[in-house]
Amino acid sequence: MTTSAFPEGVKRCSSGKFILWLLPAFLVLLIAAYAMFRVWFYGLNQTNMNDAYGFAIWIWADLAVIALGGGAFFSGFLAYLVGVKKVKNIINFAVVLGVVCYTSALILLGLDVGQPLRGWFIFWHANIHSMLTEVAFCLTIYLGVLIVEFIPVILENPKIQKIRFFHHLSHNMHEIMAVFAATGVFLSFFHQGSLGGVPGVLYGRPFAFREGLFIWPWTFFLFTWSAAAVGPLFTATMCRLTEFITQKKLVKDDVYELLAKISGWMLLTYIIAKSLDTIYWATVTAPARGFAFMDFYSNNPAYYGVWILIAEIVICGFLPALILITQKGRENKKLLFGAAILAIIGLCINRWVMVLQVLAAPLKPFQEEWFVYSPAWTEVITTIMPIAYGIVLISIAYRYLPLFPQEKELNP
Amino acid sequence: MEKLPSHTKARHFGMVIDLDKCTGCASCMVACYSENNVSFRDEESIKLLSINWIQVYKITNGKPFPDTEVCYLPQPCMQCDGKDFGHPPCVSVCPAVATDFDTPTGIVSQIPVRCFGCRYCMAACPYHARKFNWWDPVWPADMERYLSPDVSPRMRGVIEKCTFCYHRFQRARQQAYYKGDAENIKEADYQTACTQACPSGAITFGDMDNPDHAVYTLKKSRYAFRLLERLGTQPSVYYLSTRKWVHRACDNYLEHEEPAAFAGKSA
Repeated sequence: MTTSAFPEGVKRCSSGKFILWLLPAFLVLLIAAYAMFRVWFYGLNQTNMNDAYGFAIWIWADLAVIALGGGAFFSGFLAYLVGVKKVKNIINFAVVLGVVCYTSALILLGLDVGQPLRGWFIFWHANIHSMLTEVAFCLTIYLGVLIVEFIPVILENPKIQKIRFFHHLSHNMHEIMAVFAATGVFLSFFHQGSLGGVPGVLYGRPFAFREGLFIWPWTFFLFTWSAAAVGPLFTATMCRLTEFITQKKLVKDDVYELLAKISGWMLLTYIIAKSLDTIYWATVTAPARGFAFMDFYSNNPAYYGVWILIAEIVICGFLPALILITQKGRENKKLLFGAAILAIIGLCINRWVMVLQVLAAPLKPFQEEWFVYSPAWTEVITTIMPIAYGIVLISIAYRYLPLFPQEKELNP
Repeated sequence: MEKLPSHTKARHFGMVIDLDKCTGCASCMVACYSENNVSFRDEESIKLLSINWIQVYKITNGKPFPDTEVCYLPQPCMQCDGKDFGHPPCVSVCPAVATDFDTPTGIVSQIPVRCFGCRYCMAACPYHARKFNWWDPVWPADMERYLSPDVSPRMRGVIEKCTFCYHRFQRARQQAYYKGDAENIKEADYQTACTQACPSGAITFGDMDNPDHAVYTLKKSRYAFRLLERLGTQPSVYYLSTRKWVHRACDNYLEHEEPAAFAGKSA
């Protein structure tokens, strides 16, 4: 069907079908809202976290969604600052995805702190030495930038465009979008890096600790680089998923191939750097503290065998990178998106080990057993929540906003 | 390192715990609970949810009977000096300055009313010395009347930890001030609750930079070591033991490495 509320020249499903599609997502959101109420009202005793697992699944999810949402900043960088025109065909979608990821991250952080009403202390009593302070500042400001980038997309709805003021506002905001994109890139560089710094500076935790450059541990750079490499692949994969669900071609293949080429080379350089970092850590950093490399990958109930390192670096690192840098790999869409999914899994594994394996590994030799944790239902449902929330926001945005400039041309 | 005001005398409080004397009676834990209003629950079987500012660990040499040996290891907050004397692993990471390194005493403070419960310090501490208030603190009705007026109870959702009974230091300093010499705090004037409660005299506390204090000499013992010393946290708590396996159980060593006190020896 078409109405004047939809973007010009495109077709959308009926309202009934649309509501039916959103129902399961709303159901998840409802249960998640109940879980959030329990956590905020009764406290963190509603989770399975404990004194060994001060950080758990929420912090992992935070790190993962922020990295995956990195597609917004890097696509913005390519489109507005480098001037890669093709990327503009997917940039609106990347911004919506970024908004979903970053708002989800802030909600999860709000759940994760023991005294959420004191959350403003991080700004008011800021400790400039803490990586988390840098994360909080950059994250919050960057979310503001993302919303500013999102506003002109909202204003492009045909109904809103009819209002003269909004029409001009949207036009003028587009004109200055490069400034916001540049600000976003700057902020993103720092908060993606600071998130890497969060585990990297923990010199009491030899699994996480890394030497580095001045005040920044190597993980600072590795996190930024990996987010910039995998973020656009996540954007592309989600776009492909939207195509699959809507049964429409929304973006031309050459856009995917370009993003895949850029991401492929970035992923390859990242994974080489990550391998060097791992070798140095395993042969110099950890032994200097009395740990052999295999101490971190053995004597646990198989959760953290050396397989996890192989999965992260080889299967989900080198393999997708090598596929994506070859033209044949990119031209075969199954290979391209297979590689993209592997890269996304690899990034999620990286964030997982840098949060949870760090805390699981025993440090005192007289405490030989690894710490084990399994999330409570309240943690699981709220971690799934960003997916449901993403489905709702992206569906509404796709229905009413011109997210894909090529849609009309590709679906005559 | 923070520069001290000219009128402030620098001290470096620390503890030496003789593991060969500790019997594992846990009097130190009980005294600490009482002194610092540490809350507890009816159900305390999951130790990773319990709050204690000092915890006694039981460690063994791992050998079967009759060669089995046991050692009890009381572990408070290590009050780490950290990198460059002033950057303990937990302090630098706290985003809201809710924990700080007190240069005039070497004590790592914790400010529960400033803490918003992010638990980054907990992740940073290799000793698990920091405890989170997963529940509201509730005491049996009668017991509330016996809480110490010197230490504020902590609320749900914040971190707490051993402060080396800092309120006792404040009291000692106040008394010294009334006596006319605010800087003259004698060893006996400031002692932690756990030190005084230990029946076997295993815990010694004092100014590690003051030759008149026992810890000054004890920490220089050949058999003195610190927990996980190789991580570079610079703890202010030392342990004493003449047993090699105890040293080995308290830090990480590669196969070919030996604890410093036993390097080249087979004690």
